[in-house]
Amino acid sequence: MTSYALFLGCTIPARQPNYEVSARKALAKLGIELVDLADMTCCAPPPVQSIDLETSLSIAAYNICLAEEANLNIVTLCTGCFESLAMANAMLKADKQLKARVNRILSNAGKEFEGSKEVKHYLQVLVEDIGTKNLKQKISKPLSNLKVAAFYGCHSLRPSELLKFDDPERPRVFDDLIEALGAESIEYRNKLRCCGGLLRGYSDELALELAREKLVNASKAGADCIATLCPFCFIALDLGQLQIKSKFEEEYNMPVLHYSELLSLSLGIDPKDLALQSHKVKVDKIVNKVS
Amino acid sequence: MKHGKDEKTTNLAFSDVISSRLGGETINLCYQCGTCASSCPVAKITPRFNPREIIKLTLSGEKDEVISGDAIWLCCSCYNCQERCPQKVEIADVIYALRNIAVKEGYIPNIFSEFASAILNDARVVKVSKFVETKRPTLGLPPLQPTGVNALRKILSATGFDKLQQKKEEAT
Ligand code: SF4
Ligand code: SF4
Repeated sequence: MTSYALFLGCTIPARQPNYEVSARKALAKLGIELVDLADMTCCAPPPVQSIDLETSLSIAAYNICLAEEANLNIVTLCTGCFESLAMANAMLKADKQLKARVNRILSNAGKEFEGSKEVKHYLQVLVEDIGTKNLKQKISKPLSNLKVAAFYGCHSLRPSELLKFDDPERPRVFDDLIEALGAESIEYRNKLRCCGGLLRGYSDELALELAREKLVNASKAGADCIATLCPFCFIALDLGQLQIKSKFEEEYNMPVLHYSELLSLSLGIDPKDLALQSHKVKVDKIVNKVS
Repeated sequence: MKHGKDEKTTNLAFSDVISSRLGGETINLCYQCGTCASSCPVAKITPRFNPREIIKLTLSGEKDEVISGDAIWLCCSCYNCQERCPQKVEIADVIYALRNIAVKEGYIPNIFSEFASAILNDARVVKVSKFVETKRPTLGLPPLQPTGVNALRKILSATGFDKLQQKKEEAT
């Protein structure tokens, strides 16, 4: 059994039990052990980087230190957490002076960043520890006849130099993992463009416009649902649809699911155990197609 | 992003202040080709934002306009520009550097100061309510581990992050 320190972040436990439940169930079924460490904090995402970049690196490094002490690599479910932690990890491993500066800060909290561990997005764990072919063989309820619009989100892919997740202009990892479940991963216009999630709260208007574009393009391409990897993309597109409805009087009725939910369904996990009622846009259509 | 020096750089030109900061190191490489602006999803939908313009204003020393303006806060940090810039200007990181200076000078949008207080209080940007926490067992979820809020406060005080809120009050 492969074990990882789970970096849960804030948004998932605060607002998306459906994501956490499905990810824990699916990964357990696939033989990945998730260890919940005490004392983790916020990952220091873009809003914190915006306030002070050096502080954000120190916060990320502090969390990595906890995993180093437990001798575990980190897995994240949130793409935002993945970016913050993986970026800090790569920068500090590459730059001795920066590492020394951050370690001076961390010494106030009794920590020292060594740079001995990896930070992985859970998709990387699926690909590297289980393998797409192997995964295919574990699927008991293939999602045949399901057209899925894969939405990578920005921070799984970019900055690619530091994250090293997949080709930032022509990624395949996520599409392949969708097809491993028996579904079709469809092409749609501006597939890699941002959901606008990080503009929510500062300019809701622009944020909604970007989310709306994704919904229009996925709908036009005939998607049955959009699959996400990040709680922020999920909110932008799921809750976003209700806000778009009241603002633009447009209704898309596009189910948005975390990949882990599609994975859970195809592994034969009972939909009743997946907290699917927390979706704003109902996902019954999709569940009915599967079972 | 490489390391920058601590800035005690009041007499430097604005572009030098940026290029000596963490995130801002590459700004001087820009030759104004506009690739960033044409890859930017936000620039496509609003005239209020153009990354090439932000770089240009910064390079020509228009500090007040850049720092006190709305534009730097409209970047959604998607890093499209940065992936594509032929000069390897780290544009999204330059914008972070500009925001960091804006915050230091007291220009911090409300939503960002809410994030800052949330981290200082709970070590989380988004608070987990007691209600949600008590519901976890019914969903088969393990109890949430405590956050390292005390360790975090020490880090935030070592970097001066905890003082940034005061800056805002002084500026208003
Ligand atoms: S793409 Fe790079 S070089 Fe071209 S204008 Fe933008 S920052 Fe400058
Ligand atoms: S990172 Fe900011 S400036 Fe660059 S493309 Fe994205 S929104 Fe535009």
